[in-house]
Amino acid sequence: MTKVVEITNMHFTRGERTIYENISLSVAKGGITAIMGPSGIGKTTLLKIIGGQLVPNSGDVIFQGENVHKVSRSRLYEMRRKMSMLFQSGALFTNMSVFDNVAFPLREHTKLDESIISTIVKLKLEAVGLRGALGLMPSELSGGMARRAALARAIALDPDLIMYDEPFAGQDPISMGVLVELIKTLNKALDLTSIVVTHDVSEVLEIADYAYIMANKTIIGAGTPEEIKNSDSPLVRQFLNGDADGPVPFHYNAESLQDDLLAVN
Amino acid sequence: MTQLANYFASIGRTTIEKVVAIGQASLMLFGALFAFPKVKNIGLTIHQIYVVGVQSLLIIMVSGLFIGMVMALQGYTILVNYGAEGSLGPMVALSLLRELGPVVTALLFAGRAGSALTAEIGLMKATEQLSSLEMMAVDPLRRVIAPRFWAGVISMPMLAIIFSAIGILGGHLVGVDWLGVDSGSYWSIMQSTVEWDKDVVNGIIKSIVFALVVVWIALYKGYSCVPTSEGISQATTQTVVYSSLLILGLDFILTALMFGIS
Repeated sequence: MTKVVEITNMHFTRGERTIYENISLSVAKGGITAIMGPSGIGKTTLLKIIGGQLVPNSGDVIFQGENVHKVSRSRLYEMRRKMSMLFQSGALFTNMSVFDNVAFPLREHTKLDESIISTIVKLKLEAVGLRGALGLMPSELSGGMARRAALARAIALDPDLIMYDEPFAGQDPISMGVLVELIKTLNKALDLTSIVVTHDVSEVLEIADYAYIMANKTIIGAGTPEEIKNSDSPLVRQFLNGDADGPVPFHYNAESLQDDLLAVN
Repeated sequence: MTQLANYFASIGRTTIEKVVAIGQASLMLFGALFAFPKVKNIGLTIHQIYVVGVQSLLIIMVSGLFIGMVMALQGYTILVNYGAEGSLGPMVALSLLRELGPVVTALLFAGRAGSALTAEIGLMKATEQLSSLEMMAVDPLRRVIAPRFWAGVISMPMLAIIFSAIGILGGHLVGVDWLGVDSGSYWSIMQSTVEWDKDVVNGIIKSIVFALVVVWIALYKGYSCVPTSEGISQATTQTVVYSSLLILGLDFILTALMFGIS
């Protein structure tokens, strides 16, 4: 199967802190790949690395056969037109209406007539169920609506790859259900490839074709949702069951409590 | 011994951080200078001229008026002792054109528009709008930074000219209309004393230099701030403090070069 994204032996540090050690993963064309892991391990960072916004210390990140970090800046910008990212906050431009937000990439990158842009924008908003909200400003939208509007903007240029950064975080059950359904339908209808970064295990495993679990700076489990659910790795089990303590410790690295309290200054 | 080593290490670290920051700021300036807005985006620059220039007009005009009035009042009380109150016109005009116009405008601009620019860019960064622009294959330097940069550089000299003009009128209001200096001598001695290239042009040059510095600092501080509420508040404060200090320092250097040694 063709790979849209392929990461090999990638190493990334931020300051003196190592975020990833020797990570390899691949994303198959046409599928939904889930990347799961506890908060704060740098899942968003991974998406920014794929998008070329951050540069890894070593290793290769290949998108559609080209190394994202070795191409020229102008080529990288061309490649980015084929990938799209849905930010956790939606990242809508607060000074523009929903319509203008969705029209933004079209106006920037195409020379289409305003009437055609208007038609495309309405169709994209219809796909996420927000055609009625096209005149609203981002501040007038609920969190879930803002994310859907941002999703319409993300698919405006018909990208090949779409990366979802924590799409379900902070959503009520209805919005969450809507988003899960949207990701699934859009992926199929627009022949997309999707990467969903999340810690909402049950939702994403329903729609994912393949999943990776990350913890401790590396990938601790990979496979189809079935394989993941049946995994006997203690790390994977802890993550799936949501146990407070286990291979991923409850306590942040520290000396023993006794030493700390009894230490003489 | 280790303390001494730590001390030197921290000096080294700070120096490296500063050099890196200057390097990054220069790269950003370079990016903005050579990303003169595309014809399609010229509207963005005009909109920014409205935001940073036109919306600063009121504070600039009111300040100019009062400074001109105070200058005339102070100048009159001194000059009248020597029977030289006829020279009030050139005194007000020269002080405004050479010094107060460019300097006070720049200081007010840093407080009014510079801080707003930093906060705006910082919030765009915190809400991932800059990242999302990049991911949409739109260069934030071209789309966000360049229009604001050019708008600032175009607006500030104009604001300084307006400031000086209103200040001279304010001086007239106090000196001539209130204190009774002869209107003819106010204007005619001013006309014969003020030189176009030495006074007016030098003032405009100063203003352009201050504009470059203020806008550069404001945009860089916003672009590089830590994207948290604390980070943005710190960046905004730094914009005002650094711009003000640099304006005053550069003003001395420019004055020395322009008027110091003849």
